[in-house]
Order: sequence, then C-alpha cells, then structure tokens
Amino acid sequence: MTPHLIFNRIDEPDLNTLAVYERRGGYESLRQVLQFPADAVVEEISASGIRGRGGAGFKMGQKASFLPKNDAVRYLVCNADESEPGTFKDREILQKTPHMLIEGIVIACFGTNIHEAFIYIRGEYELQAQRLQAAVQEAYDAGYLGENILGSGFSLELTVHRGAGAYICGEETGLLDSLEGRRGNPRLKPPFPAVQGLYQGPTLINNVETLSTVPQIIRMGGAEYAKLGTETSTGTKLISVSGDVQRPGNYEIELGTSSRDIIYGLAGGPKPGHEIKMWFPGGSSSPVLLPEDIGVAYDFDTLQKAGTMLGSGAIIVIDDTHSVLAVMQKVAKFYSHESCGKCVPCREGTNWTKKMLARFATGDATPMDIDILDSIQGQIMGHCLCVLGDAMAMPLGSIIKKFRSELEGEILDAREHAANAPADDAIPVLAGLAGAYPGAL
Amino acid sequence: MSAFDPRAGKVYRFEDGSRVPGPHEGVELTKDPAAVPDPALTPVPDDLRAAIEARMARYPDPKSASIPALHLAQERYGWCSPEAIEQVACVMRLTPAYLTSVASFYDMFKLTPATKHTVFVCTNITCGLLGGDDVYEHLCAAAREHPEADVDVREFECLGACDIAPMASVDGEYVGPLESGDAERIVDDLEQGRLVLEAKQLRNRPSVDPGAAV
Repeated sequence: MTPHLIFNRIDEPDLNTLAVYERRGGYESLRQVLQFPADAVVEEISASGIRGRGGAGFKMGQKASFLPKNDAVRYLVCNADESEPGTFKDREILQKTPHMLIEGIVIACFGTNIHEAFIYIRGEYELQAQRLQAAVQEAYDAGYLGENILGSGFSLELTVHRGAGAYICGEETGLLDSLEGRRGNPRLKPPFPAVQGLYQGPTLINNVETLSTVPQIIRMGGAEYAKLGTETSTGTKLISVSGDVQRPGNYEIELGTSSRDIIYGLAGGPKPGHEIKMWFPGGSSSPVLLPEDIGVAYDFDTLQKAGTMLGSGAIIVIDDTHSVLAVMQKVAKFYSHESCGKCVPCREGTNWTKKMLARFATGDATPMDIDILDSIQGQIMGHCLCVLGDAMAMPLGSIIKKFRSELEGEILDAREHAANAPADDAIPVLAGLAGAYPGAL
Repeated sequence: MSAFDPRAGKVYRFEDGSRVPGPHEGVELTKDPAAVPDPALTPVPDDLRAAIEARMARYPDPKSASIPALHLAQERYGWCSPEAIEQVACVMRLTPAYLTSVASFYDMFKLTPATKHTVFVCTNITCGLLGGDDVYEHLCAAAREHPEADVDVREFECLGACDIAPMASVDGEYVGPLESGDAERIVDDLEQGRLVLEAKQLRNRPSVDPGAAV
C-alpha cells in the first residue's frame, strides 16, 4: 500500500475545520519548526528532494535558495489557480484539508524569512475558496497566522485572492500581474520571480500540493521523505485520472509507480470492450503516449525520457471510441481561447490551428494540410514569453506524429462526406451565427 | 465561427453595425476617455465602499484589489455594468477604462446584463469527449424553453472537476457526472429555488483513493 501523506483519511468529516485538523496532529510540524533556526527548514526541504508539483518539476529547495540574501521585502505566493485540463488535485486539498496548506505556507515563510503571503485561487472554485477563507480566519484566531505566531516572534500575513477565470493566470508571471490587479499577461523572464516578482520583490511561488507536503516533510524529516519514490523523483504525488476510465479521481501514488498500475489498477482501465487509444500523462499540455507505453514508470525523469512530461500529474485516458481529430480540436480550441494575446506566435498560432482543424472536420482540407499544421506548431515552440503556445504545440505535434495515417483517413472521410452532402446544409453559418450571437443579422 | 462567410460572399453584422459581439451602445468615440470619477458626483453605497476599501488595505499596492473589487461589484449588481465599474473606479481611484480592461480579460466577469442564474458547462477535453457538448446543447434548449427561470448557459473551459465529467457549475455549485436528461432538472431546480441535483453535487462526493476513507 502506498504511503498516504496528504490523502491519509482525507474524507474524515470536518477535516477542513481547525478542531479536527488539530486533533489529528495538525500544526505540530509548525510548533516543531518554530524551535529551529530558519535555515533548518530549507535544509530539510532540500534534503527531501521534493520537486514542484505544479508542472515544471523544479526543486523546491533550490527555488527557495535563489531568493537573494538581502533585506528586500519578499513574498510567498501559493499558486492555487489550478486550470490545466485534466487536473483537479489541488481542489481536493483546498476543499478537504485547507489547514494542511496553511501550515505548509507558514513553515515555508518561516524558513525563507517571508512575512507576507498570498494564495491565488481560481475564481471558479467557490466552495473551495469559502472553505479556505474560513480556515485562514480560524488560523488567525488561533494564533497560527498574524503577529508573533505562537509566541515565536515570527509574523505572517496571509491573504486569499480569488481569480476570475483565466488559464494563463496559472503561469507564474501571469499570476503575478493578475495579483497586482492587471490583466494576466506573462512577463519576460529573466528576471525570474525569485529575484524580482510580486511588487518587484523577490517572490517564492509554489503549488498547493508542494506547500501542503511541507508539514509532512518536517514531520518525517527530509531524508526519510527522500526514501519514498525514486532517486530523482522523491515522495508521493497526487494524480488526477480522468477520461475513459472506470474509476476517475485523485489518487496518491509513490513516484515511480508503473503507469499501468495507475490506469488499470487504481482507475480500473477503460470500460469493458474498449481499448486505450492514447493517453496524456501530465495534463492536456503533455505530448501523448500510446497504449504500448503503459508500462512506463510514472516519475519526472522516466516520462521525460519517454518524450513527454509529468506536468501537473493529470492522466487523461482516451479510448478507441473517439476520433483523433475530435481530441485535437478540443485541445486547440482551449489554448486558442486562453491565449492572452501578448505574443504573436501563440495568439495567431493557436487561432490558426483551431481554424485549420475546423476545416479538417468540414472536409475543406487535404492531407497535405497536415504538414502546414505541423509547421505552425514548430513556429510556436519556444517563441513566446511563456509556454502556453508550446502547451498546445507539444501535444498536437505528438498526435500528428503518432496518428498521422488515422488523421489523413479522417480528412479524406470528411471530404467525401462534404462532397456527398446536399447543397443546403453546406452553408450552416447564418443559422449558427444567429444562435451564438443574439442580435446578429 | 466567422462573421464572414466566403461562400455566401457576405459580411454579417450586428444591429449596431459591428462585426464583433459585445456591448456597443453608449460608446461615443468622439468623447474624451473618462477620467477617475469624481467622488462628489459618483454615489457609492457605503457597504460596497467599505468592502472594497477593506480589500485594498490587504495589499501592499491597493491596485491589487481590482479583481476582488470587481467580484464585489458583480455580486451586488449582477454584472459589471458601466455604473458598477464607475463606482469601483471611484473608490479605487482608477479610471473606468483601466477596470474595463481588467474585467474584459477574465471570463467570469459579465460585461453584458446578466440573468439571475448562470450555468458554466465544461466542454473541454475530458468533459467534451464524455458528452459535455451534448449536455451543453440540452441545457441551452432547456433554458430557452423556460425563459422564466432566467438562466444563462455558457460553454466554459476546464473547471477542474474531470472526475465528475461531464460536469457543470450551476451558480458556483459543481454537479456531475451529467447526462443530457439532467438538463431539464437543473433548470427546474433553479426555477423552484431547490438545491441543484443534490445527489450529483461534488461537495458530497467521497474521494476514490483507497487511503482516503476513515
């Protein structure tokens, strides 16, 4: 049985309240930490080897060590703008055990000498934001937040900031702009946020899951935590499994577990009589894998070697009932809608990809258009301030590569269908437009 | 969807002559841009002012409160109307144009008069492939058939609940997995003021992880 650090009995009623969390030993790690010198916290985190759970997989201890050693006012921002399609792990933490996150934030701030922290939670998570806000209030009232925490002399202000629906605000610099009250446009890097972030101050940005793991690392000791998982991907990870599986949901696994055990073992595999066609191992931004890759160990490095990434830990399984084109259209439509519009390759590339795929579907394209589509993906990659465009180009590029003949077949089928269609329904635009935009002619 | 259909050789326009959707009335292009509203001429309800000022005090830079302040205004007035934005601008000492630029960036802010209820239907990858588009169409149809329920149904990007796909957020309450048959029930529940699809609410759903049970 996988050790459960975060999900251990997470369904206990009222775990979101302070009373139950404390009864289960909550805030003990914080009390322990406040006796240490601050540096010891970063040392424990570094020793644990924990890598960021948000998507990039950067080592948290290393990130914390990048904060300049001066007396500039610095901030911690918890990224709870979970919006990568397929990902819903932070939602479960925020809803069921928000105090674990708060405790992690206080410990991380104590270790890095930060006195002001923000949680940027996506606007759509209303229930979760309410529970988080209530938990923060309880923590203030109990003296775990605010001035002179538990008599240690350490002070921390924590603010819950609700977003308003924009995928790009999950990108760390887009998030900072949004938190500063602007449109969420990403910034040029460097300088990286650890050097110059929120309000121009050094800023440590971490994901909900990463920060929620911090109290467990302190409790176990970094070295003990590092024994879990593999050598370079330590610890446990929350995995969101969705799509064509029988038991979709969040699972806590030890990194390095076989993907087969996750998809077939935990999530029950596809419905009887169906086969997996492809699967996204790390959210809709990760290059897809095929059924024959199912044995791959689920950790950062193995997935990278397999040509994809662990990303946010969201496995989306797609079975043989879905067409390749339908998957591509869903992906392209999302990124086209969510592109912030700052960088041309992303704004135009995602939009053209969406339009070209629509032509594939209506029978207005030929298989040669696949090459043009592929070249657009190449022109987006690495040419923008952030990786939103790459996040579309990577999965679509991999689908084109792995399912080219199937895609050609679908294009030819659509052409044949369009050629045989009666003339009347060849121009559905007017009716569709009127429905979509009331008031249109 | 394009406003130009090459095969018909025609550009479709809205009644006001614009080719793009959105509010156009009341925009006078010859007028100077609005300045920061004068507090003497812009009445702001005391409680709204107090709530916005409390938010502003939470941040090192008060401008950070623009999204929370717009949320507050939208909660009060139902949508980010020009008057609502002007009131927020007055309290925050920003221009209405600045706040409009912020509000128009985020999907949750409504810049057109709003209905009483809002349903976001996820049609992204997991939900879409499992029938989200179908649910969306049925919900649209149910909302059209019951105009008295005053429901706005919108396609929305991944709402972070793929475990209950296909799902929707009904006035902020996550429900799923939905079938097209649930559409009528959702609209009916909203109209009658009942809890929406109580049996399918995410808040009541236990975790699937074997270690999560007590």
